[in-house]
Amino acid sequence: MLGYLIRRILAAVPVMGVVALFVFLLLRLTPGDPAAIIAGDTATPEQIDRIRISLGLNEPLYLQFFTWIGRLLHGDLGVSLISNVPVLKLIGQRVEPTICIALSTIILSILIAVPLGVVAAWKHGTWIDRFVMGLSVIGFSVPVFVIGYVLVQIFAIDLQWLPVQGFRPIHRGIVPFIERITLPTLTLSFIYVALIARMTRAAMLDVLGEDYVRTARAKGITERSVLLRHALRNAAVPVITVIGTGFALLISGVVVTESVFNLPGIGRLTVDAVLARDYPVIQAMILLTSAIYVGVNLLIDLAYTLLDPRIRY
Amino acid sequence: MSDTVLDISNLVVGLGKTGSGRKIIDNVSLQVRERETLCLVGESGSGKSVTSLTVMGLLPKGSLAASHGSIKLVGEELLTASDRRLRQLRATRMAMIFQEPMTALNPVVPVGRQIDEVLRAHTNLDARARQRKILNMMEQVRLPDVERIFKSYPHRLSGGQRQRIMIAMALVLEPKLLIADEPTTALDVTTQKQILTLIRDLQRDHGTAVLFITHDMGVVAEIADRVAVMRDGRLVETGPLDTILRTPQMEYTRNLLSSVPSLVPRAPRPETSEPVVLETNDLGKIYREHSFLGKAREVAAAQDVTLTLRRGRTLGIVGESGSGKSTVARCIVRLIDPTSGGVRLAGHEISTLSRRLLQPHRKRIQIVFQDPYRSLNPRITVGETIAEGPINYGVPRAEALKRAGELLELVDLPPDAISRYPHQFSGGQRQRIAIARALALDPDVLVADEAVSALDVSVQAQVLELLADIQKRLGIALLFITHDLRVAAQICDDVVVMQHGRVVEQGPAAEVLTNPQVAYTRALLDAAPGRRWDFANFRPVALGETVATATL
Amino acid sequence: MAIETLPESSLPVTRPLRPGLGFLTATPIIAGASICLALVIASAIFAPWLTSHDPQLLAPAVRLKPASAEFILGTDAYGRDVLARILYGGRVSLLIGLGAAIFSVAIGLVIGLVSGFFKWIDAVLMRIMDGLMAIPSILLAIAVVALSGASLWTVLVAITIPEIPRAARLVRSVVLSAREEPYVEAAISVGSSLPKIMWRHLMPNTIAPLIVQGTYVCASAILTEAILSFLGAGISPETPTWGNIMAEGRAFFQIKPSLIFWPGLILSITILSVNLIGDAARDALDPRMKQREAGK
Repeated sequence: MLGYLIRRILAAVPVMGVVALFVFLLLRLTPGDPAAIIAGDTATPEQIDRIRISLGLNEPLYLQFFTWIGRLLHGDLGVSLISNVPVLKLIGQRVEPTICIALSTIILSILIAVPLGVVAAWKHGTWIDRFVMGLSVIGFSVPVFVIGYVLVQIFAIDLQWLPVQGFRPIHRGIVPFIERITLPTLTLSFIYVALIARMTRAAMLDVLGEDYVRTARAKGITERSVLLRHALRNAAVPVITVIGTGFALLISGVVVTESVFNLPGIGRLTVDAVLARDYPVIQAMILLTSAIYVGVNLLIDLAYTLLDPRIRY
Repeated sequence: MSDTVLDISNLVVGLGKTGSGRKIIDNVSLQVRERETLCLVGESGSGKSVTSLTVMGLLPKGSLAASHGSIKLVGEELLTASDRRLRQLRATRMAMIFQEPMTALNPVVPVGRQIDEVLRAHTNLDARARQRKILNMMEQVRLPDVERIFKSYPHRLSGGQRQRIMIAMALVLEPKLLIADEPTTALDVTTQKQILTLIRDLQRDHGTAVLFITHDMGVVAEIADRVAVMRDGRLVETGPLDTILRTPQMEYTRNLLSSVPSLVPRAPRPETSEPVVLETNDLGKIYREHSFLGKAREVAAAQDVTLTLRRGRTLGIVGESGSGKSTVARCIVRLIDPTSGGVRLAGHEISTLSRRLLQPHRKRIQIVFQDPYRSLNPRITVGETIAEGPINYGVPRAEALKRAGELLELVDLPPDAISRYPHQFSGGQRQRIAIARALALDPDVLVADEAVSALDVSVQAQVLELLADIQKRLGIALLFITHDLRVAAQICDDVVVMQHGRVVEQGPAAEVLTNPQVAYTRALLDAAPGRRWDFANFRPVALGETVATATL
Repeated sequence: MAIETLPESSLPVTRPLRPGLGFLTATPIIAGASICLALVIASAIFAPWLTSHDPQLLAPAVRLKPASAEFILGTDAYGRDVLARILYGGRVSLLIGLGAAIFSVAIGLVIGLVSGFFKWIDAVLMRIMDGLMAIPSILLAIAVVALSGASLWTVLVAITIPEIPRAARLVRSVVLSAREEPYVEAAISVGSSLPKIMWRHLMPNTIAPLIVQGTYVCASAILTEAILSFLGAGISPETPTWGNIMAEGRAFFQIKPSLIFWPGLILSITILSVNLIGDAARDALDPRMKQREAGK
């Protein structure tokens, strides 16, 4: 078990290495003078020089890379070019709304999507199945911000049940908090529900054709036991896999949703950084989200061993 | 006369939601009595499995359904029974075991709990009583170390052990009827023999009626009281075992029986002094598994295999699964690279040649694979498939295609097959195409890796005949890999018996298969089902014909 | 016993696994999707003939006008005709969708074939692909666009890069499983060269899944482009794209929500159609997947 754990963690290292290298090269391989690009069209030569020096852009490439990696490994993600605040601190200030809506989305989505997928597979070919599949194709196809604005129009503007936008931390009252994360969560859940329901259905259909499901039926146990105890247990691995890979979608969705609802989260921070060409923040955000993605998928790899005894350590 | 447990009369099963489509089972009537084993025999597509699934009420909903007739289980009609009632009857009155023990058990639930589910669904016993009953049943199916196996997951158990678990699960509530759908087909012969004995013993102890489905006449001879022969969804004939084997009434049954190769080796051909075309010298293949934080694990798939094959002769490699026989074949054809020893092909050492240097020698040795459905590229016409080899060696396309046409004729396929695609042919026809492809390069050696194992017995007989005929005409040498001793006895001049990657015995087929010197070979022969019957001649094997068992 | 006879000689010589475009009308829903997509494509191509308004002409006098006979969908904050902008905007979306599908599939095919066949290079390529997959595609795309300037090309490149790993992994897995097929081993043993085996026996297996993958990439690229524009990191705002129209509509959402809803509707219908066609293509081209869908 320990060997497996270490092996999985070590396998994540080169992946993060590739991410770091990519992030590093992104700026350096862009045609033109990176410092001038960051400084923007209206910058004075002095400003450009200052940026060049602060990012260490006048040193040889390999040296830049190792200094940068060295700092990263010490937890130094650099300083924002705009606000001159350390990036880590910036992120710390903005992380709460993001975590709140991401978590509530994951929980809500799984609660909705898994039963939908199971029922669709069980009632395969009926209108229920077609309804779930239709819903999931729509969930994939309608852009997050369109869903967001439709929900705002209905629930915030027409019905006036919920505020249009903004965020209130949880310690300043549970009701305002819930009021304000409801619409973002619903918005973000759409695509995640679509993804998970579709995969649950496909995995269940796969499993329902297996010999051991026939064996279970031949035992004379109830259809509910067949579905839940035999089929769903075996369908769990692909389903949690897609929950993991869907995390990338979730992150993208967070960026957009925070813009729609004006939430002061790290998605908004990223967009602002991009628009202001605040390169250290962009770098840090890509590294951070990739690290989260890799971490989540590492956890899911470990969950496999609990779900499937055949996976060797 | 004992009581009838299962009474199927005039059953019709068809495609579609109500079974009104094409008939898969057409007017079949069968009875199985207490303490009786009825063997339902037929080739693929005969409808024997559908019959059994209909009894259990497990037909795939919406695509197959019974449209006519009746199925009575101890007097109770099943076709009109509610789903709830059918659920109650399953495992209590009727139970079923399936062909693939590898996939029939839920991989993520310990096997003990899978048996426990039966008890929880159908009895009110408390946990202790249930466990006692399960362990007791597991002992009855002769599983070792039952406490440990109770907690094991299926993948930790061997195929034979899993099938024992299936049997324990099926019989734990002492059902009146046990349906066994090819329960030993996926197992090695020695395991098969144990499972057959087990089913027979349990049946005797519990008085169960058994409906045993199989395609293997050998198994029929071992286990049946009565036999029902099916073909294309219809019943061909039924009768007591002895009557069916000795005096079959119907042409189809006669043909089926006469296609079963005899275990008595064919008359040996005179020794030849033809040149040696293939020899291996201490051939070995070791797989190394590098595991992180651990030592490299070595698995010897084949070790010290030495064999010789002369022009015009047939050498068989026989053994059970995992014996390394296919590894040897694949090393010889260089689909995998041997890790030690040598392979000499017509005097040239080829085991260490690079891909490029090997190229001119490749055409001297060709291979035919087991699965005719996967060995032909579905997107390429038969002609193109056969011509591919010669074109690789510089034959002009037109000429290669013309030669492909001749080869199709040689393997008894019509010339217009050349422009068709593989999906338009049956399994046996595809295997002929694969043989034609191999022959297109005029090889010295043809390797047949379980080449007839996936075929129905009547088709198998035809393909074997074709191979023998081709050998006679072309003088080609055959290396025949098989797990089936009957096939080996009929086609091989010499045999090599392999176990755990090593050769345990080799010599002329007539000697090895009648007077084996090694215990393992004897065990193999002893386990061959139906070895006392000479099916093709409708009689038991005459005394003195097989010496194998006498020496045991 | 008679040798098995061939099926009737009059049997037509059918080519296997090569259905035509018949699947585009397989069910009413898919037929509807095909028609919608055809309409969107046609209106983007023929935009100059369908509207007389210039999508980029600023006319402050008529800003934020409601729908009328002259401005069928009204005007935006700069007085530009919304319908004209939506019609012309389709051009960008469709070009990006098509371009991303073609490039990601083509590059993925090469990478997948190479890494499916050469073990030593496989490890390296797949680590790179893993790394690319770990970066959320939106972040990757906005970073690329922000640094190299927003043009049609940079947006296309930015959207294509994150789609490559999936196509490459798909091809690789098809190649790896096809390599084990006995017919490939048979080709090796009749002395076929490596390029021939790849071309003749492996490549054809990848075509059907790649076509399906291509349609999904197309849908997701159109979506991503809209998101980029919406966030202000896409093609410059004066160029009409569906995302740009909505981005500009944000500020006036409470006054004139139709600035977001009309382009959003067209965008959603387009993506939905492409996704539905992708599903239909999968069912038609990949019988195994269909079987799995059918639960057997």
